[in-house]
Amino acid sequence: MTTALAVLAGGLLGPALLTAVAVVVPAVIGRIFGRLLRTALLLTLPIAVSVLVVNLFFFPAGRDVLFQLGPVTATAEGLEFALETLARIGAISGAITLFYLTTPPSELVLDLERRGVSPRIAFVALASVQTVPALVERAATITAAQRARGLDTEGSLWRRLRGVLPLAGPVLLGSITEVEARTLALEARGFTRPGRRTLLWWPPDSARQRLARWVLVLAVPLLLVARALGWLGWLN
Amino acid sequence: MLTLESVTYRYAGAPRPSLHDVSLELHSGEVLGLIGASEAGKTTLCLVASGLAPRTMGGTLTGRVLVDGEDTAPLAMHELAGRIGIAFASPATQLSGVAATVYEEVAFGPMNLGVPRSELIARTEEALTALRIESLADRDPALLSGGQQQLVAIAGLLALRPAHLVLDEPTAQLDPAGTAMVAAALAGLAAGGASILVAEQKTDLLLGICSRVLVIDSGRAVLDGPAAEILTGPQLADLGVAPPAAIRLRRAAVNASLPAATLARLDEAIAHAMPQ
Repeated sequence: MTTALAVLAGGLLGPALLTAVAVVVPAVIGRIFGRLLRTALLLTLPIAVSVLVVNLFFFPAGRDVLFQLGPVTATAEGLEFALETLARIGAISGAITLFYLTTPPSELVLDLERRGVSPRIAFVALASVQTVPALVERAATITAAQRARGLDTEGSLWRRLRGVLPLAGPVLLGSITEVEARTLALEARGFTRPGRRTLLWWPPDSARQRLARWVLVLAVPLLLVARALGWLGWLN
Repeated sequence: MLTLESVTYRYAGAPRPSLHDVSLELHSGEVLGLIGASEAGKTTLCLVASGLAPRTMGGTLTGRVLVDGEDTAPLAMHELAGRIGIAFASPATQLSGVAATVYEEVAFGPMNLGVPRSELIARTEEALTALRIESLADRDPALLSGGQQQLVAIAGLLALRPAHLVLDEPTAQLDPAGTAMVAAALAGLAAGGASILVAEQKTDLLLGICSRVLVIDSGRAVLDGPAAEILTGPQLADLGVAPPAAIRLRRAAVNASLPAATLARLDEAIAHAMPQ
């Protein structure tokens, strides 16, 4: 919701305020601001740099010259547009990172299932997230085994690329075999039974949380209308 | 009672059947050991007995599999899940992969069957207690050792409370202590009326928990009889199965021409060590 609001608010001040209120304050309260900052920077730094460089030097409507760097010219309009875009990117990446750092996938999926999402869809969503570390672990095990048998996975780029090929096959085939075995186990545990499952627990959902969600949901059409009517000019 | 009547099964795309005309009856409270050389058909028999073949595996099956007198052919897999439970040798692939804790993992099966929440909790705690893994309840299943994962997988099976259990080498990755724990849990389940088919390479374990043993070779049932008789008999080695350690020790002692008095003392020790 924060990401939608950041896009709708536009300008520099809107997304910046949104980031402060909906991302920074909760992160500070949750004592994860440092982790959030590091992760969000890692996520956005490459795109942020390219947005800044491209807009600063190549903004088509740029007239007001700030400085010249060889054949390219930095303009004030380009800088302004870049900063507005960066504010939105910051709000979006901050909100996504905050969500990632504060919401275990299993809790999210349980909550979705409680709200009526099919158990199979919920399972696929969660299994996809959980599969990544399992795949990484499998790849590490196979790499270690292959290295013990003389495979060279270090050195020049070309040598490392050559080393990847003998690893890809076992990782892929092992994963496919595992999927088959897991399917059997899931079938044997009644996973294909139609209808709703019994949930062992679900994340608490307080009245304040529900209220906050509704406020955010209502804010989206309100901002849309306000923007269309030109009431958000002061945010620029 | 779990019954197989003249069952022949061929995997999809396989040129010939992997099981030929196998019949067996598994009564309530009975633990039937299933042994045979590698690729003799033990896993296939487990898959057929549990209903996974041909439902999930595909392939063609002739003959009948009956659960408590009811033909399982028209039943869906989830309808069989609460009646026949199956555990496999590889622990990691038996876990759901989505449970954050062992407690949730064990509860996964009954959750799928939609049992009421209070009963779900009771079943989960009972299964954890049966395998003495209550201390693992809050751990992440993915971070457990292979042996611990196998115990969790078996606990997940127990939580389904099936009347019939099919276990395909359930102790393959367990240490002696874990094996003993599983053996004790199986004996307890059998005492409670469950019928158990357990495919195992560990004939020592089978000697301790089985009342009867079925030997299969190239997909055919070749020996069926009391566990003590089959496992101590001379035919096992020819069928590619290692007899229990005590029997091998006795044979080695005879081959080494040990004095009669020593053999007698050895027999006494073996008889003392053998399960009654």
